Amino acid sequence: MNKESTSIQFNSQGRLQHFLTIEGLHKSHILEILDLATSFLTVGKREVKKVPLLRGKTVVSLFFEASTRTRTSFELAAKRLSADLLNIPVGASSTQKGESLLDTLKTLQAMHSDMFIVRHPGSGASHFIAQHVVPGVAVINAGDGRHAHPTQAILDLLTIRQHKKDFSTLSMAIVGDVLHSRVARSILQALRILEVPHIRVVGPRTLIPKGIEEWGVHVYDSLEEGLVDVDVIMMLRLQKERMQGGFLPSEHEYYRHYGLTAEKLSCAKPDVIVMHPGPINRGVEIASEVADGPHSVILQQVSNGIAVRMAIMAMVLGRVAEAPIP
Amino acid sequence: MNLKEQLDLDALIYQMAQDLKEYLRNRDITSKSAMVGIHTGGVWVAEKLHHLLGLSCALGVLDISFYRDDFTRVGLHPKVKPSSLPFDVNGRSIILVDDVIHTGRTIRAALNEIFDYGRPDAVILTALIEREGRELPIRADITGKKMTLGRDEYVKLSGPKPLKLTRHQVNE
Repeated sequence: MNKESTSIQFNSQGRLQHFLTIEGLHKSHILEILDLATSFLTVGKREVKKVPLLRGKTVVSLFFEASTRTRTSFELAAKRLSADLLNIPVGASSTQKGESLLDTLKTLQAMHSDMFIVRHPGSGASHFIAQHVVPGVAVINAGDGRHAHPTQAILDLLTIRQHKKDFSTLSMAIVGDVLHSRVARSILQALRILEVPHIRVVGPRTLIPKGIEEWGVHVYDSLEEGLVDVDVIMMLRLQKERMQGGFLPSEHEYYRHYGLTAEKLSCAKPDVIVMHPGPINRGVEIASEVADGPHSVILQQVSNGIAVRMAIMAMVLGRVAEAPIP
Repeated sequence: MNLKEQLDLDALIYQMAQDLKEYLRNRDITSKSAMVGIHTGGVWVAEKLHHLLGLSCALGVLDISFYRDDFTRVGLHPKVKPSSLPFDVNGRSIILVDDVIHTGRTIRAALNEIFDYGRPDAVILTALIEREGRELPIRADITGKKMTLGRDEYVKLSGPKPLKLTRHQVNE
């Protein structure tokens, strides 16, 4: 992504107006979102799980790719902010990128939408939409191709902070299909911005992007070695739908080498936490005993996801208006 | 700028506590009352009142940022604190405490937030300082001191140790 497409996230006063990628964010932006999300967490525990911040705003969820958990999380976040939500499941096959995507957009803008939440199989799709919306309309990237899944990265950070407090001493391993993973891309960018000192990626060479060492990341072929003394393990889903042969011999073989079992988990620190963005392939990348075990924070990630998305939506729609404040 | 006559805030708060005790006793609601301070100054005053009243129920804290009516104009305060009402609001008499009541908009927001936690029996409004300039039909039940300020003036409570009230010009 070029500079122009990362700076489109900010308005002239340097505040977030879209949320498209972790790239280009400063440490202070990330910490601000985490703090705000922490405040929103309490809202989900109340009798009325709603605050009136986005009352009267129309949020359109525009999913060109199947998704249940991310879509549901965004929908609940919008509803808990009192926004009106319109859910448009658009089959990727029925809409080609380019002209017809713009037509869809124009139609929805004519209905005075205030925000688009976009999931698209094409990398850069949400940037494209952000470049074409009318001023004042916000775009949030809910996952685009292999490029980015920034809200997932922030919810992962919130989960880490709840358990580890300090990013500056953290040792973290990201395990699995890093090559096809937008989740991995986004979290790696975020960890670098927060200056996390020890970042490892673990997986078969065919699933690790070439040149990733240049990011200051250590690459491990062996899961046992890669997990030694880590504080946080992030398992990635084996993206069957993104792989067309040649990457792996078999799922069974993959599990034998890279599946996280209780035995392999014992290589890490005793208070290690295990994360997974979901949905889980049990017995492929993670054993049930680990996914459901005491180190797992997978369900906490889900709860945190709603609060983080509330924070980001509130930030992009609550920016300073053009008119001076009386 | 300091106030011409430096207020004895501890004495004011002590008097407020006496007034509150009597208020609660007259209505026979002492046992079911709970106190909530509005972030930040209101919490400081509430901590002192809570101690003086010896309330058994833990002190609640509200940050009304999510309920402000000027959100779309000014956005969110970056340091929103989590609200916490560590008791069941239903059936309680809530003593709501703020430092300064001016336009009444903060109280409007706080009332809305409290009702999202449940249905209190009553809300009793307490303020250290009540000044003119109300934009909503809201008034305090218990007040430390009423002040007359110019339109371009405001008072600000700093604290928590010691609590101090200062008077400022809007464009100072």
